[in-house]
Order: sequence, then C-alpha cells, then structure tokens
Amino acid sequence: MSVQLTAAQSLALRHRFKWWELLPWIAGVAVFFVFPNYLSFATQVLITILFALSLDLVLGYAGIVTLGHAAFFGAGAYTVGMLAMHWGWNEPISGLVAAALVAAAIGFASGLVLLRTHGLTLLMLTLCTMTLLEQAANMGAAWTGGFDGMPGLSFAKILGVFGFDALYFRSQYLYVLAVLFLCFVIVRMLVYSSFGQSLTGIRENLLRMHAVGAPVRARQVLAYTVSAALAGVAGALFTQANGYVNLAVLGLERSAGVLIVLILGGYGRLYGAFVGAIAYMVLEHTLAKAYPTAWQLGLGLTLVAVALFARNGIIGIVDALRRRFAGSAR
Amino acid sequence: MDPVSILLGGFASGMVLFIVSVGLSVTMGLMGFVNLAHGGFAMLGGYVIVLAMKHWGFSFLPALALAFVAVALFSMVLERLLYARLYRATELDQVLFTIGLVFVMTAAVTLGVGPETQVVQLPDWLRGQTDLGFIKYRTYSLALIAAGTALMIALWLGFERTRFGARIRAAVDNRRMAQSLGVDVGRLFAVTFAIGSGLAAVGGGLGAEILGLDPNYPLRYLVYFLIVVAVGGLGRVSGVFFAALLIGVLDFVLKIYFPKGGTIFIYVLTLVLLLWRPQGLFGRKGA
Repeated sequence: MSVQLTAAQSLALRHRFKWWELLPWIAGVAVFFVFPNYLSFATQVLITILFALSLDLVLGYAGIVTLGHAAFFGAGAYTVGMLAMHWGWNEPISGLVAAALVAAAIGFASGLVLLRTHGLTLLMLTLCTMTLLEQAANMGAAWTGGFDGMPGLSFAKILGVFGFDALYFRSQYLYVLAVLFLCFVIVRMLVYSSFGQSLTGIRENLLRMHAVGAPVRARQVLAYTVSAALAGVAGALFTQANGYVNLAVLGLERSAGVLIVLILGGYGRLYGAFVGAIAYMVLEHTLAKAYPTAWQLGLGLTLVAVALFARNGIIGIVDALRRRFAGSAR
Repeated sequence: MDPVSILLGGFASGMVLFIVSVGLSVTMGLMGFVNLAHGGFAMLGGYVIVLAMKHWGFSFLPALALAFVAVALFSMVLERLLYARLYRATELDQVLFTIGLVFVMTAAVTLGVGPETQVVQLPDWLRGQTDLGFIKYRTYSLALIAAGTALMIALWLGFERTRFGARIRAAVDNRRMAQSLGVDVGRLFAVTFAIGSGLAAVGGGLGAEILGLDPNYPLRYLVYFLIVVAVGGLGRVSGVFFAALLIGVLDFVLKIYFPKGGTIFIYVLTLVLLLWRPQGLFGRKGA
C-alpha cells in the first residue's frame, strides 16, 4: 500500500478508532465483576487517570509545563463540597457541571495572565496560584473547614437511582468510569481536531506557529481552560466518591504526583495517563503502606532514571521495543 | 514588639534565605537549569553538621566548614554524573529529575538518620543576648546578619572584581556569546554549582534554628527558595540578597501580626511582581 495520502486523509486515518482502543473500557467493566472488593481503590485510580488526562492536554499537547495543576482539581473538589455543605446542593451530576465551570473560570482567568510567561517564571506563577488557593482554603475555615476540610459529606443518588455506597464503592466505580469515558471521548476528539494539531504545533515550534499567523495565545488559553475544567471534574469526583474533601487536594504533592503519573505513563499520547496511573497507584498501594521510606526512595530513583533514559515513559519503552522487534522481523 | 527587633528578626531569617538561595540563583541564571533539588543540598548540609557535632566531636565552626566541603564535593559528583546530561533537556525533564533527587535525598536521610527533627547545638558564645547599646537582641540572630552581610560583600567582590566573576556575569547575560569568546561555560557551571551547593549546606545548618531540620525540609521550603530567586532575578547576587531580606522581613512581620495564613500575602506579592516583571525585581530584561 504505497498510496500517497493527503494531509487530511492521513489525519483521518490517525483519528479512526482502532480495535484495541476498546480494551481499556472492557477491562474497566471487567474489574467491576472480577475485583468487587477493590472497587474503592479502583475508583481512586480512575479519578487519577482523569486528572492525568487533563494534564496531558496542556503538558503533552500544548507543551505548557505547570506545577500547579492541583489548583483546578482542588477547585472542583471544594466546589462540590461547599455546595453540598452550605446549600444542600448534593445532586451529583449538576455538581460536576458546577465544578467544571468554576475550575474553567479559574483556569481561564489565570491562563489569560499566566500564559504570557514561560519557563521558570511560568512554573513559579502556576505554583504560586496553587499555593494561594491552598492558603485561601486553609484560612476560610468557616466556608472550607480549614485544615480539617469537610468530612462526612453525603450526595444524592446518581440520576435519582444509584445511591453512593461508602463500603463497596459499586455505584461510585461505575459512575466515575462513565464520566471518565465521556471526558476521554472529548479529549480524544479535541486532540485529533485541527485545534489539537495547532496545539502540537505550538509545542513543537512556537515561533513558526506565530509566523504562520496562528492565534497562539488564544489557543493556549483555551487548552488551559478545557484542561482546568476536566481537572475540576476529577476533583469533584474525588469529593463525591469519597464523601470528604481536605487540603490535600490542593498541595504541591498532588501537583507533583499527577505530573509523575503522566510522565511515567508517557505524555502527549492519550493512553499515558491510563498506564501511568495504574502502574503508579498499584505500586504505591502495595509498597507505600508496608515500606513508606523505601517507596519514596524507589520512586525517586525511578524518576531520575526516567528523566535520564526513558523520556517517553512506559508507553515509550513499549513502543521502542515493538519497533525493535518489528525491525528484526523484517 | 518594637520595629527594630522586628527588622532584626526579619533580617536574620532573610540572611538564611540568602545563604541558601544564592547558589540556586547563579546556577539557574547560568544554565537555565530548573534545579528543584537545591533545598536538598541545604538539608544534607544541616545533617552533616548535626552528625559531625554529635558523633564525630566537631565544634560548630569546623562542622560548618566540613558541611561546605562535603556537600560541595558531593554536588560536584552529581553534577558531572547526572546534571550534565540534562543541560539540553526540556524543563520538564529537569523538573522530573530534580524532584526525583529530592525524594531520594529525603528517603536516604530518613533511612540513615531517622524521621525526627534534628537540633543544631549552638556554641556558648552564640547563645544569649548581646547589648548593642540601643537594643538588646539575640546573639545568634545578630551573628546571622553579620555572616550574611559578610558573605554578600565577599560574593559581590568575587563577582565584580575577579576574572572568574566577570566570566560568570558574561555567561549569565549571554551564554552563547560568552562561549564563542572562549569561556568554558560547562566548567564555570560545575564550579559555581559546587560552591552554591556548599553555601546552601552552610545555610541549612545555620538556618536550622529558624527553619528547622527534618527529612521534609527540601519540599517544604522549595517554594520559598524559588520565590527568592524569581523575585531577585536570575543570576543576580545583589538581587537575591535584597529579595531574601524583603521576603524574610515580610514573612517575620506577617507571622507575628497574622499568624493564621498571613503568608498568603507573600504569594500574592510574588504573583503580581512576576506578572509585572517576569525577569524579577532586580533582573535585567532578556537575561
């Protein structure tokens, strides 16, 4: 098949669903039946996947390096928590929408000013924005519960039918899986659209994108806003599924953590978020409780090794192996 | 508290910030390397001092010198073996690498020494109060101010009056130009990196009284060190000095008058300042 493809055709070809893209979702449903006792943990993994996916949009596609992405996760988490706590608004799906809107508003406003900078200044500014929100959440104790956060939140039944069960997380799991699927479809569409292509262009060569007349800033701000909204949804899911929210949703550790998850999996490739979140969280789950210090040591060494030798993460390694294998078979 | 005491207290913590951050500013300015592990060197220095005094019979000043030498050498090894591979890498890889390094240092210290907070024993001549004529104040804070000022003067002379300093200034302003004029920026970087890490080590030990010393030190103060560097402007020794004093005094005042969340003001200030002048308060445009 040495047919010359036009640019549009090759894009469409890349866009087409491949059969293996169904596998993660089949696996996701299978987990529900095979591991009924691990659904609480699996729910946290799904939430982390969504959070990492939102980061992938700005980091992997638009090339915006941020250390403050937890700001949006926290904004979503606190929005849902405060709505339920103070106004009795505990309908979950409208809560998600509210969280997405609030996070998107913060993302839009901060993106508008912050994205004029780059490099260290941008890192610092995103870090400061997040710390600012963290301090605000800490100070406004009357509204946010301060250091202790808001424990014991309860939410209405999903679609009026499925109640949250705090013990087995059955409805939470399916609910989060469904939301993740929707968000993934949105991200996938965005990434393969002409908008996504221009984001990749901005990441690869900023000057040239300016030169061809692309509205660089507007596209970056839009990507940042969409990403913030998705992170907000992830945060909202966290609060709803667990029934509590505290300051840990806003810290540097969460920002750095999601960055690590995404890099481990491989950024700028959609499925990196999935692979990274599962690998990281399963390892953490099994090792961190038994050997917290050794876990930190191992994590640190892994990061150093990834930064030095495996810049494309786990998926990158798999790709390289596959290429080598295919090369020798030919 | 009277204004003079507040100013002195703020200056003392500002000096600690200066001693720790100055190396970070110069190395970031030279190579544009985002080194989030700098606080780790400060922590290691603090631990060397504690261990040297507790177990190896060192007194305070020799322990400081030992920390400087040990951490400078250690950082030099790390620089040649690992950092040097990432000079051309993206910020993202540098961030990842240095965060990983912080985790390794934290875990290593926890494993080797233990998770508890360490205390640096001050010698007798640094304890108590000193009468300055118009005010009596803690001797140690005064000593910190004196040491920080002396270091500032020494660094300033080194930067402005020596050939080595001139090379650094040239490389910070325009690395390519400096390189094409025959300045070996790589070697320059290795040396300043070692000196900067050594100074951080001394700062970690000197500042243990104010900032505390435990395995989570590097992550806890990361934002503070970065703020000082960003506000001061990259590669500007005097900029870092004034920024550190500013942040030190502000932090001190806010902690007294608004003990709950007063530090929020520092973050707001940093945000506004960096938006207004992305190159920092004292940095030069385009540097």
